[in-house]
Amino acid sequence: MAAINRDDVAHLARLAHIEMSAEELDRMAGELAVIVDSVKSVSEAAGDDVPATSHPIPLSNVFREDVVGHTFTAEQALSGAPDAAEDRFKVPAILDED
Amino acid sequence: MSADTILSFEEAMEKYDPVLGFEVHVELNTKTKMFSSAPNVFGDDPNTNVNEVDLGLPGVLPVVNKAAVESSIKIGLALNCKIAETCRFARKNYFYPDTPKNFQTSQYDEPIAYDGYLDIELEDGTVFRVEIERAHMEEDAGKLTHMGGAAGRIQGADYSLVDYNRAGVPLVEIVTKPIEGAGSRAPELAKAYVAAVREIVKNLGVSDARMERGNVRCDANVSLRPHGQERFGIRSETKNVNSLRAVEHAVRFEIQRHAAVLDSGQPVIQETRHWHEDTRTTTSGRAKSDADDYRYFPEPDLVPVVASREWVEELRATLPEPPAERRKRLQADWGYSDLEFRDVVNAGVMDSIEETIAAGASASVARKWWMGEIVGRAKTADVDPAELGVSPQTIVELNALVEEGKINNKMASQVLDGVLAGEGTPAEIVEKRGLAVVSDDGPLLEAIDAALAAQPDIAEKIRGGKLQAIGAIVGGVMKATRGQADAGRVKELILERLGVEG
Amino acid sequence: MTDSNELIRLSAAALAAKLGAREVTSVEVTQAYLDRIAAVDGQVNAFLHVNAEEALAVAAEVDAIRAAGGAAAEELHELAGVPIAVKDLIVTIGQPTTAGSKILEGWHSPYDATVIKKLRAAKMPILGKTNLDEFAMGSSTEHSAYGPTRNPWDLDRIPGGSGGGSAAAVAAFEAPLALGTDTGGSIRQPGAVTGTVGVKPTYGAVSRYGAIAMASSLDQIGPVSRTVLDSALLQEVIGGHDPQDSTSLTDSFDNLVAAARTGNVKGMKIGIIKELHGEGYQAGVENRFNESLELLKEAGAEIVEVSCPNFKYALGAYYLIMPSEVSSNLAKFDGVRFGLRVLPKEGPLTIERVMGATRAAGFGDEVKRRIILGTYALSAGYYDAYYGSAQKVRTLIQRDFDAAFAQADVLISPTAPTTAFKLGEKLNDPLAMYLNDVATIPANMAGVPGLSLPGGLADEDGLPVGIQLLAPAREDARLYRVGAVLESLLEEKWGGPLLDRAPELQAPAIGAANTVGGSN
Repeated sequence: MAAINRDDVAHLARLAHIEMSAEELDRMAGELAVIVDSVKSVSEAAGDDVPATSHPIPLSNVFREDVVGHTFTAEQALSGAPDAAEDRFKVPAILDED
Repeated sequence: MSADTILSFEEAMEKYDPVLGFEVHVELNTKTKMFSSAPNVFGDDPNTNVNEVDLGLPGVLPVVNKAAVESSIKIGLALNCKIAETCRFARKNYFYPDTPKNFQTSQYDEPIAYDGYLDIELEDGTVFRVEIERAHMEEDAGKLTHMGGAAGRIQGADYSLVDYNRAGVPLVEIVTKPIEGAGSRAPELAKAYVAAVREIVKNLGVSDARMERGNVRCDANVSLRPHGQERFGIRSETKNVNSLRAVEHAVRFEIQRHAAVLDSGQPVIQETRHWHEDTRTTTSGRAKSDADDYRYFPEPDLVPVVASREWVEELRATLPEPPAERRKRLQADWGYSDLEFRDVVNAGVMDSIEETIAAGASASVARKWWMGEIVGRAKTADVDPAELGVSPQTIVELNALVEEGKINNKMASQVLDGVLAGEGTPAEIVEKRGLAVVSDDGPLLEAIDAALAAQPDIAEKIRGGKLQAIGAIVGGVMKATRGQADAGRVKELILERLGVEG
Repeated sequence: MTDSNELIRLSAAALAAKLGAREVTSVEVTQAYLDRIAAVDGQVNAFLHVNAEEALAVAAEVDAIRAAGGAAAEELHELAGVPIAVKDLIVTIGQPTTAGSKILEGWHSPYDATVIKKLRAAKMPILGKTNLDEFAMGSSTEHSAYGPTRNPWDLDRIPGGSGGGSAAAVAAFEAPLALGTDTGGSIRQPGAVTGTVGVKPTYGAVSRYGAIAMASSLDQIGPVSRTVLDSALLQEVIGGHDPQDSTSLTDSFDNLVAAARTGNVKGMKIGIIKELHGEGYQAGVENRFNESLELLKEAGAEIVEVSCPNFKYALGAYYLIMPSEVSSNLAKFDGVRFGLRVLPKEGPLTIERVMGATRAAGFGDEVKRRIILGTYALSAGYYDAYYGSAQKVRTLIQRDFDAAFAQADVLISPTAPTTAFKLGEKLNDPLAMYLNDVATIPANMAGVPGLSLPGGLADEDGLPVGIQLLAPAREDARLYRVGAVLESLLEEKWGGPLLDRAPELQAPAIGAANTVGGSN
C-alpha cells in the first residue's frame, strides 16, 4: 500500500469537487500521509474470517407504507436556493452530459 | 463534426460477431417515491412533488417504500430470478446537479434479484434465451433542462434548470449477462427483448411502462469480435434510446460503426454514446474515465432487506399470467393459425382484439376488422393501432350494422373513416350520410338492366355459364348506385334476370 | 423569590419543580438565562444565535397554561418551560443552522429535526444555537468558522469538541440543558473538560432525523446537563422510535429517570478497561479516576478488570470509517440547492467549477482533510485495505465489548486522557488532536451508550476531569443508575457540585458594549 502523495491528493480533490491550490495540495499531502500511516495497522487487525459490520445495531426490514406525505410548495423548496428561475434551481452550464 | 464511418450491416455481419448487453431501467408506479413519501406523479409543476428528503437537505434520512420492494421482487420473479434472502442498499457516489445528495442510493454487490432469464420469441418464431444477471432497486434523478444552447442540448447551454419532482422515484435496473450468438438478428433481438421487458412490467402492474414518458429506459451495450474469437471486443454504451424502434436502430448503427472502426485497424473507444432519433446515428459522449470511481459502500442510513421465503411465495402467488402463456391461451381460444396469430401480435393488436371480443364480437370478426381495416389506417397515420381512436364498441356496432344487412362492407369502411374523422357513432354517420343499402329491388333492377345493356358480351358469357364474369356487371351496378347496393342481392338479381342458376 | 443568579444555577429538575409549583414563571427563568448569555457570552462565545423572541413566547405560553390550570396544565411535560440550548448541527425552523461552517452561513432550514419537534411538544423554550467544530469535526471547537468557544474554567483553554458550545453554555450557566451530537466523543469529551454531564445514547435510541449527518453509522444526538438526573430527564424527552429514521430503535427507554433515582449500586460489577487508562493518561486524570473507583467500591460495587485488546485499533478504524461516511455525507454541499455558492474568479463558468470553488471557500481545513481521507479510503483499489478492514475492526470491538459485558454490568474509564489544553496548542498536529477521543471512540464504533460525569479537578492544573461509564446496547438505564450514585458520592465529598468551584465570569463593566457572541 503506497503512501499518499501530492498527485493522489490532486486526484482525490477532483473526485471530491474541492478546488485546491498547489500550496494546499502540498500541505494536505503531508498531513494526510501522517494520518494514513497511522491507520495502516487496521488492515492487519482482522483476518478473512472476521465479517465486516456496517451497522452497529442489527435491524432489518424497516419499511414505510406507500402513502403520500407532506410536500413543499415550489417556493418552500427554493427558499434556500442560491439561484432560481421558473420555479426551478438554476445552475451554470454543465460540462459533461451524463 | 464529421459523421462516423459505417460499414454496411451485411459486411459487418460477414466479418464480425456482435455481443450485446442491456441495462433497462423501469420506473415503478408506486404512489410515493423510493425513499421518501413525496408523490410519484408525472408532469406536475416543477418542484412541487418534493420534500426535504428529495432535495437532499442537510439532516435528512431515507426510508424504504415497502410497495417498491414488493414490485421489485415481483419483477425478479417474472424474470425467473432468484430472490436474495438478504440484501442491502449501497451509495453510488458522484456529483451531478440532478442528484440531490450527490450520491445515488442503489444496490451494488447485493441486488434483490439475480441469475434469471427471459425467452424471447422473434417474429419468425425463433426463440432466444437472454440471461438476466440481476435486477436491483435504486432511485431516479431529477430533470435537467438546458437553456441558451441549440435545441436544448447541453453543448453551448448557458445555464440549466433543475426540477426534482422525479428525484427519488423508484427504479428497478435490469441488467443482462452478455448476449452472444444473435448474429445478424442482434438488432431484432434487442428490440424484442426490450419489448418483452416492457410487456412484463406492464402486465405485472408495477409500471405504466410508457417508453415515451421514460417509464422504461434502455442503455444498449454493443461490442464486436472477429468470428471464432472468444474474447469480447471493447464495448460502447448507447444511452437515450427511448423507443423500441430506436433500440433496434441504435444497435444496428453501433454494429456498423464498430465494424468500420475495427476494419480500419483502430481500436474501438470504450465510451458512452448518445442516440439521435433525427439523424439515426450515435455521437460520442463522455469517455469512460476514472472519474467514474463511484466509491460504493453499504448505505449506513438503511438496514438490510430480508426477503423471507414465505414473503416471496406470497408475492409469487399474486403474479398475473405471464404474457407468453397468455398469448398461447388466447391463440387457442380464438382458433387462429400460428401465422394469423403471429401477425396479430406483430401488428400490436392482440390486446385490442381481446377487448373487442369482450365487447361482443367473435374472434374472426375482431381479427378481420383490426387486421383488415385498422392496422392499415394506423400505418398511414403513423400511430400505433390502439391509438388510432377506434374503440371495441365501434367495431361491434359496425359489424352489427353489416350483419343486419343495413350496410355492406365497403360502406362500413367509409363509416369507419367517418368515426375517425369525429363525425359521431356508426349509427349516426349512417344516418347523416344517408348510407343505406338499397334493399328495394326496383332501382336495383333498373341499374342491372342498364349494366347488362352496356356490356352485352359479358351478359352472353354469363348466360354461357362463365359465372366469374358477373363481377363486371356487379361493378357497374355498384357504380351506378354509388356503392349502396348489397352486392349479394345484386348478384342474385342479375342471375335471375339472365335466367341463370347461381 | 429566587434571585436570578440563583435561578440560573439550579438544575433542570429543580427548575421544573419550581415551575410546577408556580414559585417562578418560565418567562422569569428564560429571561434570567438570556440575561446571563448577554452578560458572559461575549467572553465564552458558546452561542452562534440567540433565540430570545421565540424562547420568551414559548415561556409565556407555558406560563399561561399553568396559570389557567385544568387539564391542559396537567398535561404539560415535567420539563415544560425549562429552557434549552441546541448544538448548531441540528436543524431548527426559525433559526439559522450553520453546522459551524461558512458553507451554511445564514441558512434557514424549512423543516425541524425530530428532537426539536419533541422539545417544542414539551414546550421547552429554545435559547439558541451553540457553537461547534465545523460539521462536528474536532475535539476543541477551534475548527468552528465562527471563532472558538472558550472553557468557562479558563478562557484560554478549549471547551472540548466538537460540542464545546453546548458544554460551555451549560458550564457557564447560560442554559440548564443543551443538546449535543456524539460521533466519536463530541458530547462526552467536552463534558469531561468543562465539568458537566454528557451522554451518548445507544445508537438508534434517539432519532438522527434533522441532525446534519457526519458519520451516519456513528452519530447520535444526546443530552448535555449539569447533573445526571437532568440528562435522564432530557433523554426521555428526545428519545424514542422515529419512523423517519430507519436506524431508530423501537425499544422504549422510559426507565432512565427511575434508574437515576435508584440510589444504589449494590451487587453491581464495574469493569475497568485495562487499555483505557494508565499510560498516556495525565496523572491528575488517573488520580481522580482511581478515587471514583474507591468511592464505588465503598458503595458496594465490585470492581473488576477487563481487557479489550482490539481497542488499540479503534482510533485507526474510526479515522477510516468516519471520514469515508463524511466524504459522502458532505457531497450535498455544492452550491446548487442551498447554502453558499461561490463563482470561480476566472475561467469558464461551469457548475463543476462552481462546486469546486464553493466547497473550497466554504469548508475549513479539517473538513477538507477528512473528505479527502474518506474519498481515499473508499477509492477503487483501497476499499478492502481501508474501509473494508475498518468495518471488520468494528466487529472485533463489538466482540470485545460483548466479552467485557459478560464480566461486568458497566465499564468505566477516564473520559479523556487529559484535561483542557490551551487554545492553539494542538491545532497544527491533527494526530495529537485525534488522540483526545481514544477513550470515547470505542462506544460509537460498537453503538453502545456512554456517559461522562465530572470526577473532580486534576491536582496539577485544577481543571475538570471526566469519568466515563459504558453499558451494553439498550442498557442506557445502567449508566444513569451508576452515574447518579457516583455523582452523589462525589458531591458529598466536595460539599456541593463541582461547578460551584468554577471561576466567576465577570460581566463586562457598565458602559462597555455588551456583545452577545455571534448572534445573527
